[in-house]
Amino acid sequence: MRFRIAEDDAALAGAAAALLAKEATAREIRAGWPGGDTGRVDAVWRRLAAIGALGTLVPDSADGPGSGLGLGLDENALVPLLVELGRSGLPVPAVETVAVGAPLLAAAGSPHLAEVLAGRLLLTASLDGSGLVPFGQRAPLLVLRADDGLRLYERGELALEPVESTDGSRASARLLRPPDGGGQLLCTAPEELERAWQRGVLGTAALLVGLAERMIELTVDHVQQRRQFGAPVGSFQAVQHALADAHLAVRFARPAVLAAAWSQASSGTAAEAASETAAGADAAVVTSMAKVLASDAARLVARTAIQCHGAIGCTTEYDLHLYAKRAWALAAAWGGPAAHRELIARHLHLPTVEMIRDRIEQGAGFGPGRGPL
Amino acid sequence: MDLRWSAEEQEFRREARTWLEANVPRQPLPSGDTRAGFAAHLAWEQRLFAARWSVVSWPEAYGGRDATLWQWLIFEEEYYRAGAPQRVTQNGIFLLAPTLFAFGTPEQQQRLLPRMAAAEDVWAQGWSEPGAGSDLAAISSRAVRDPAGGGWRLSGQKTWTTRGAFCTHLFGLFRTDPAAERHHGLSYLLLPLDAPGVTVRGFQRLDGDEGFAEVFLDDVFVPDADVLGGVDQGWAVAMATTGSERGLTLRSPGRFLHTAERLVRTARAHPEPTGALRDRVVQGWIDAQAYRLFTLEQVTAISEGRPVGAESSLNKLFWSELDVRLHETALELLGPQAELDSPWSRGFLFSLAGPIYAGTNEIQRTIVAERLLGLPRK
Repeated sequence: MRFRIAEDDAALAGAAAALLAKEATAREIRAGWPGGDTGRVDAVWRRLAAIGALGTLVPDSADGPGSGLGLGLDENALVPLLVELGRSGLPVPAVETVAVGAPLLAAAGSPHLAEVLAGRLLLTASLDGSGLVPFGQRAPLLVLRADDGLRLYERGELALEPVESTDGSRASARLLRPPDGGGQLLCTAPEELERAWQRGVLGTAALLVGLAERMIELTVDHVQQRRQFGAPVGSFQAVQHALADAHLAVRFARPAVLAAAWSQASSGTAAEAASETAAGADAAVVTSMAKVLASDAARLVARTAIQCHGAIGCTTEYDLHLYAKRAWALAAAWGGPAAHRELIARHLHLPTVEMIRDRIEQGAGFGPGRGPL
Repeated sequence: MDLRWSAEEQEFRREARTWLEANVPRQPLPSGDTRAGFAAHLAWEQRLFAARWSVVSWPEAYGGRDATLWQWLIFEEEYYRAGAPQRVTQNGIFLLAPTLFAFGTPEQQQRLLPRMAAAEDVWAQGWSEPGAGSDLAAISSRAVRDPAGGGWRLSGQKTWTTRGAFCTHLFGLFRTDPAAERHHGLSYLLLPLDAPGVTVRGFQRLDGDEGFAEVFLDDVFVPDADVLGGVDQGWAVAMATTGSERGLTLRSPGRFLHTAERLVRTARAHPEPTGALRDRVVQGWIDAQAYRLFTLEQVTAISEGRPVGAESSLNKLFWSELDVRLHETALELLGPQAELDSPWSRGFLFSLAGPIYAGTNEIQRTIVAERLLGLPRK
């Protein structure tokens, strides 16, 4: 029973962190917004590709279609890496590529894999059936849900229109109508589809932890320097206590996200049988927990950070909004907290929304307090 | 990352579970915060000791099993899972004992620890005073040097002493140098509550049990052998172990996992149409799991030699507020039955003390802000 991040996994995240700290400044994030020079973003993405980050979950068989860019690591490596990407705020389809798309392309033997892993061909994915596709305005390759499983499309095969969204650097697009056949079939088995979905949820939770940590750092810096009534505002108890609560939420989300990664990586193995990660819960339940905790923490942090910044937190000239807007988008993406609580309710054999609706329609007159103490 | 339990840990869990299933009293004991209930609890704890489950993490020489922190967590999970009685000896075992291990002389350790493990001596904490709660350095109870007797003469008043009316001994902080500054000049002293000059008056907590006591000290003699960690060193000695009170050792995750499971069972029996209350049940379960995972991460750090330090304030904030939320949710599920006397209503009243004892949550938030986040002091 150890929460220690393995050396290889930490080394990858450390290399990415060093690169991002230098190259992913607020200027790169702003370049992802409409009218910006996305070439700046793409350049950082290719540098990340060069250290193997995009092939984290791709098997490392040298003769495969990935030209040796697969690192052959598992979900345990995914989380520390995506925490760093979240912290950086770089507007790239990190979850869509690293967690979801690249391993699917590798498994299906897609000829596009090498270009994707090299960061030269942008890939995105949307599995929730909402028709909204993050980075849909920029990615020439898209993994989407189809009737028979997951398919890989080229842009030209789809009817997409740009949408305006809170986080403009996500370059989201809407699918005007479901794809009419076409594309390349990536997987059909429900368990493969489920695995891709779970990795997307996990990766998003990791991004949220990184974003939340970054917003706390920005806010701590600000309240140390900003003075009112002759003292730094960070010395005021109201500010201190609000930030303490925000920090608390992030610190309790982080181990849950790491545990979800471990559950996914060891899912179905003897290791899982020998563990009690969360009261006998399977990887899907632990992953939902992680997403609920990370989403709620990031939303609390975003709000607290803006409040503690005062009026400057309400401007777009200051950088905080770049992270806060991403946090709001990701908190709702890949299933928001309400949707994931629903899944956990089912695991706990509590009444689900459908059951409750049925009972109301049947006119069942039950109220609280009728069962045994 | 490797969240597997080792074969040895799994075996430890099996052994604990088997013993507890066979030995935990079928009928819940009366509250340990009443005189009759306290006696019943002592009998249970002596049985626990006889099977060497009372202090699993202690060395075998003192009645323990030399268990690792991981095994201790496992034992706690199993203890609460089995619905075993609350430990009335916990203030001695979880607060005084770590201090004795760190600062006690070999003579003190050999004299005091085995009797504590066997529930022969039951210790009460004597830190708070009417004028010194969260501002512990404001302590005014005095210990005056008695050179002829080779010891100290105590006078003053302690209060909020948990189970003070039933305990046999008290550990507390006393001012030994009135001229020194607030945090200095305090000493950590140990005394029997039947010593001449001690008067104990029990009073009721919110739940109606006589769980609190005031302790009046009038020229009570304490020999030099019962000074713990050096004269005038009391503050440093006490602070070295406050992390125990706030963090892991007093509030292991097992307790909240068990309460969350009970909440889920209560919710299954009380279907609620809107779903909002159901979501609070789910969130309570998630939060109990999150507390467990957070502590497992901390134990990893401790076992690798990285002290958690002020992070114990995060534990304290989280478990105390989680406990209130779990109970509030249960009471709402119970509807009009919520006002009836039940484990939920009693637990709710007790949970309200959580954000106050072991340093109020206001103090903990300030510690988090200043020591963990590095915000400036006022």
